[in-house]
Amino acid sequence: MTSADILLAGLGAIALGAALMVVTTKHVVRAGLWLVVSLGAVAGLYLVLAAELVAWVQMLLYVGAVVVLLLFAVMLTRAPIGARHDLDRPGWPALLVGGGAGLGLSVLLVDAYRWTRVDTPPTGTAERLGTEIFRSWVLPFEVLSVLLLAALVGAIVISRPEIGSRPEIGARSRPAPGERR
Amino acid sequence: MHPVIPYVTAALLFGTGVYGVLRRRNAVLLLMSVELMLNAVNLILVTADATVRAALPATGQVFALFVIVLAAAEVGVGLAIVLQLYRLHATIALDTVALSPPDDTAPLPPPGSPPDGPPDRGGPPPDRGGPPDGTGPRPGAGAEPSQPAPVGAA
Repeated sequence: MTSADILLAGLGAIALGAALMVVTTKHVVRAGLWLVVSLGAVAGLYLVLAAELVAWVQMLLYVGAVVVLLLFAVMLTRAPIGARHDLDRPGWPALLVGGGAGLGLSVLLVDAYRWTRVDTPPTGTAERLGTEIFRSWVLPFEVLSVLLLAALVGAIVISRPEIGSRPEIGARSRPAPGERR
Repeated sequence: MHPVIPYVTAALLFGTGVYGVLRRRNAVLLLMSVELMLNAVNLILVTADATVRAALPATGQVFALFVIVLAAAEVGVGLAIVLQLYRLHATIALDTVALSPPDDTAPLPPPGSPPDGPPDRGGPPPDRGGPPDGTGPRPGAGAEPSQPAPVGAA
């Protein structure tokens, strides 16, 4: 057990515990905040694994942008403050499938890697990754930028009722939330 | 460094995400569980990049970056869909969503009849505006509220 192993185990335990809180907590807002802890611990794992640029991009994009988007959605859908007990479905099938997937994959990976050790790879700095992206992976990179543009346009189109839906649905949709308030 | 530690962490994270996707009813919580699964896959990619000697250097990290961008696009479109669902049904509980369009639109008209909305909002202003208007433009607006108004005004 080296110091890298101890760091990996500790950060992995934090990430797993926070992920368990995300899927079990009764507070909608707290689930988003536990998600911040889990994603931050995974970013720390990336740092220990010498993936420096990926760690910072994870902090910027996931912890910065995605979690803020999720919390905005929690706000805009008027999620209740405080504990709610109607957030879950019955748990036994989910426990069976989720536990089966997690433990099955764990057994496969433990069987594949045993207790081998590898040296820490050279650090994945921005210079190294940028060279790789723009030398070997230019085409997927450009396709990805087109996909981001399509997702942006799609999100705008979906969230505007007068464009995305038929007129009678758009007319019906405005009184529907109002009369249940 | 023993690569089995992050591998097992990633596998258990993925299992947690699967559990959350199957367990949660709230659409936003379900998207959070999907984020957990995507993170597990990213962790596998980065660990494999440190473990396996590939033909191209740093391929796993490049793919992890690609998956992060895909997750950002996914969560943007997913949240737009969730907000539209909330606007149409006033709930984001996933097991109350009917899968066929006629079932969606059929129960809506009886409670949410559109002509009821504007008269309710248009009703109060004539009553509040009655006393100041009672002196002048009385004839067209309302017969009932105008009758007590002139007594108080006179």
